[in-house]
Amino acid sequence: MAALINVPAKAKRGDIIEIRTLTSHIMETGFRHTMDGALVPRDIITSFTCRYNGAEIFRADLFPAVAANPYLSFFTVAKESGKLEFEWIGDNGYSSAASASITVE
Amino acid sequence: MILWRAIVLAALVATAPALLAGEIPPDARRSGYFFMGPDTRAMQDDDTSNPGMLFVLDGEALWAKKAGSADKACADCHGDARSSMKGVAARYPAYDKALARPVTLDQRINLCRANHQQAAPLPYESHDILALSAFVAHQSRGVAIAAGDDPQAKPFVEQGRNLFMQREGQLNLACTNCHDDNFEKRLAGSPITQGQPTGYPLYRLEWQTLGSLERRLRSCMTGVRARAYDYGAPELVALELYLMARARGMPMETPAVRP
Repeated sequence: MAALINVPAKAKRGDIIEIRTLTSHIMETGFRHTMDGALVPRDIITSFTCRYNGAEIFRADLFPAVAANPYLSFFTVAKESGKLEFEWIGDNGYSSAASASITVE
Repeated sequence: MILWRAIVLAALVATAPALLAGEIPPDARRSGYFFMGPDTRAMQDDDTSNPGMLFVLDGEALWAKKAGSADKACADCHGDARSSMKGVAARYPAYDKALARPVTLDQRINLCRANHQQAAPLPYESHDILALSAFVAHQSRGVAIAAGDDPQAKPFVEQGRNLFMQREGQLNLACTNCHDDNFEKRLAGSPITQGQPTGYPLYRLEWQTLGSLERRLRSCMTGVRARAYDYGAPELVALELYLMARARGMPMETPAVRP
């Protein structure tokens, strides 16, 4: 699925950087019914993880009240150049990943 | 006598806005963006927080993907959309000579699929048609709207204008009653906008997805308790054409974000 990641391309060592992520997902709550009364099964992202050169720096659990196409922003300290990996996991075996690189001077 | 004159003058001044009501002068036109709060504006302005951009990305992938029995992709005929599609959406709905009527951008995409790709049409409001039209219209971001200039489209602009002015539904309201006469006021707590179609298809937070101008028009019709025209109905296309002609010269914003 499409994802939009905003990580600064360059940062100074020790800088606090903001990371913004947006991914496409319907986030069906599991509380809605169709016109003929059948329950629409829940289909949401349940977990988001961000790893910075392999080490987990941020994790979030998501619930049915989160809107479609979840947007998450968080901060971390720029320690070293490398790769940030993002992973979204959800119902029905949903899994989506993205990555971005950063140069720390 | 002086008192009477004052009363008459006051009455005239009070009725002046009602007499002047009607079409919005060009320099008083405002996009829906103008009526939103700072948070929603920020969401639209930043391409990494604008959820409409997710659809644009999907549309970009579809643009290059082969479809139909002709096994051709949009890109095989149109090349790089960044140059070939620039300004195109600003001219839609556009008059189609073969059909002798205006067609919307969504209908044009489906005509292309039928005639050149030999592919099945994409249903209205489906993810793929919205993604493709968002991708195409995104190439016109910042371009001034120029729809309705074609002399052959004029009767359809006029038809759309008549529909815009015509009262309908159990509430007996015309589009013009809110969007020309009462914009900047509020309806159930929400600002009434001018109904300028500058950012379609756009991401509506209420919908939690991208939607077309036709979807927006249909929900307005349901709102005045009228029976909404079907997707692709000539009346909806005419209304869409009139709205684009009414917004002539305003910059495209696709994909816009609206509450």
